[in-house]
Amino acid sequence: MRINEHPILGEYEKGKIIKFTFDGKELEGCEGEPIAMALKNAGVMVHRYTKKEHKPRGIFCAIGRCTDCVMVVNGKPNVRTCITPLEAGMEVRTQHGVSAE
Amino acid sequence: MKCYELIVIGAGPAGLSAAIEAAKRGMSVVVYDENSKPGGQLFKQIHKFFGSKEHHAKVRGFRIGEELLEEASKQCVKVVLNATVIGIFPEKEVTVKIEDHVEHVKGDTILIATGASENMVTFPGWTLPGVIGAGAAQTMMNLHGILPGERVLMLGTGNVGLVVSFQLLQAGCEVVALADAAPRVGGYGVHAAKVARCGVPFYLSHTIISAEGNDHVTGVTIGEVDSNWQIIPNSEKHFDVDTICLAVGLSPMSKLCDMAGCEMEDSPAKAGFVPKVNEYGETSVSGIYAAGDVSGIEEASSAMIEGRIAGIAAAAKLGYITEEEGKKQITEQEEALNGLRQGMFAPGMRGQKITTTEEGIAISENLLSHGYVSDEEIDRFPGVTHKSGIHPVIECTQNIPCNPCQDACKMHCIKVGEHITSLPQVDPVGKCTGCGMCVASCSGQAIFLLNEDCGDGTAEITMPYEFLPLPEIGDKGTAWSRKGEPVCKAEVVSVKSIKAYDKTNLLTIKVPKEFAMKARFFRKEVLV
Repeated sequence: MRINEHPILGEYEKGKIIKFTFDGKELEGCEGEPIAMALKNAGVMVHRYTKKEHKPRGIFCAIGRCTDCVMVVNGKPNVRTCITPLEAGMEVRTQHGVSAE
Repeated sequence: MKCYELIVIGAGPAGLSAAIEAAKRGMSVVVYDENSKPGGQLFKQIHKFFGSKEHHAKVRGFRIGEELLEEASKQCVKVVLNATVIGIFPEKEVTVKIEDHVEHVKGDTILIATGASENMVTFPGWTLPGVIGAGAAQTMMNLHGILPGERVLMLGTGNVGLVVSFQLLQAGCEVVALADAAPRVGGYGVHAAKVARCGVPFYLSHTIISAEGNDHVTGVTIGEVDSNWQIIPNSEKHFDVDTICLAVGLSPMSKLCDMAGCEMEDSPAKAGFVPKVNEYGETSVSGIYAAGDVSGIEEASSAMIEGRIAGIAAAAKLGYITEEEGKKQITEQEEALNGLRQGMFAPGMRGQKITTTEEGIAISENLLSHGYVSDEEIDRFPGVTHKSGIHPVIECTQNIPCNPCQDACKMHCIKVGEHITSLPQVDPVGKCTGCGMCVASCSGQAIFLLNEDCGDGTAEITMPYEFLPLPEIGDKGTAWSRKGEPVCKAEVVSVKSIKAYDKTNLLTIKVPKEFAMKARFFRKEVLV
């Protein structure tokens, strides 16, 4: 969910609304915001499943340090979605182990 | 290979401050930062900072960040972003990864200002999506405008846990509880009090037993711990939450210091594995400095001064200023730094139990165990006085380095005095005009203006209010106590928002006069 107006920060400066896909499904986000923020806004919690035990992982540190939020972006695995800016038409996929499905 | 007179690693408060001071004195400086934006964590800090004027007190963190960037650009400091320093080698050779290639650069001096990373605790379910660091919550809501969750449990009552809990409330989340395994609140009492009066319960001596959910967090169970940190049977409490925030401390990110061959120490007072530094921030390797959280966890305010000291020291080392000038300039900075390192929360006080204030007043035990000062305790503090007409009531009960309230009052009603950690005193004969500057300038939101008897059986209370929607004159609702419980009916009689208050609105409510010393928050819902 987005915060429309903040008591201290007022309105947020966001990029224009663009479309991208998550596991083939079309979603909307703001251009330039981290991919993870657009996903969080869309209610997506699981970014990947671990290789051995297939346990779900999502955003944890949100500053590119922990690598829990990595996904397959435009075919490239292990992209830290919390620090990678969203672009129109991006193909974002849930990562299983170290690759897409 | 490119050469610089100072290579700064990390464009946070310490790194930028050092770069500014060095550049100001004529040095060629480069700053590398692995992030896409400079400023470190400053831009996520939306609360007003503590300290005095020289420490940017009562200025919000992100504004201090803007000022630093402006100062850096004025000094033509070169900041290279998306640039990760991956190695420091003999003769101060540094390797930096920028996009897909690695650059080699060489420095006459190096400042390592890499900051800290958040600590974590483990419990069943801790890897579930929805368990996040408190810093992640700040990043989501304060940088990107995304709500971290709807219902949140915060683990940790240090300043980070308290400040982020308040920020979660400001963003519109519900904070169901604050839990901490320690028996006492770790952060500033004023930060705890402003969260408690919003109705957030504190569970001290409690830790998380487990997080529940299949694909993401749907609930959490906490339990009380005994003196050996073991869960006491049948003490479990369950909360339906979608988010669990962990605020369990920070650790210095000092790997580069270790790699550079600096002598290291494991220091509980500095919260981790840190390089040994002298009074100028210089490590055991001549010409390599460390400043900010990497050399010991403290506040951003002290990181900035440590950075400035290192920048000046580097300039003196390379002869841009004489040794004597350097010493003089550093002494001024050290005085400012010492000002911040006073009081009950000074770095040397970690883990110590304090029972009385510097003035000899018994500490509020309720504040430490429940997050708020009880009605019985509040009157013993010097900022709390009673008189007819409008007057400030300062619920500041711990010795912290902070004094903007003193400067805010043009009528000189408020006195902290020479010692920056003294509890503020209210002059009993001072002529309060009700301007509200003290209320808005208190970084701890601990000052209220009271008219305890308006003559018609009512009292008026003016409080700091930083939430949306902002109530309007005539709104009827409920006054809440320090404890965060509804106490009586209240009506809004004034709402002031002027530029000098810097987004701290002043809300005045009218309540029956017997609640003058009880009502400390307002909600529009009529509950009593």
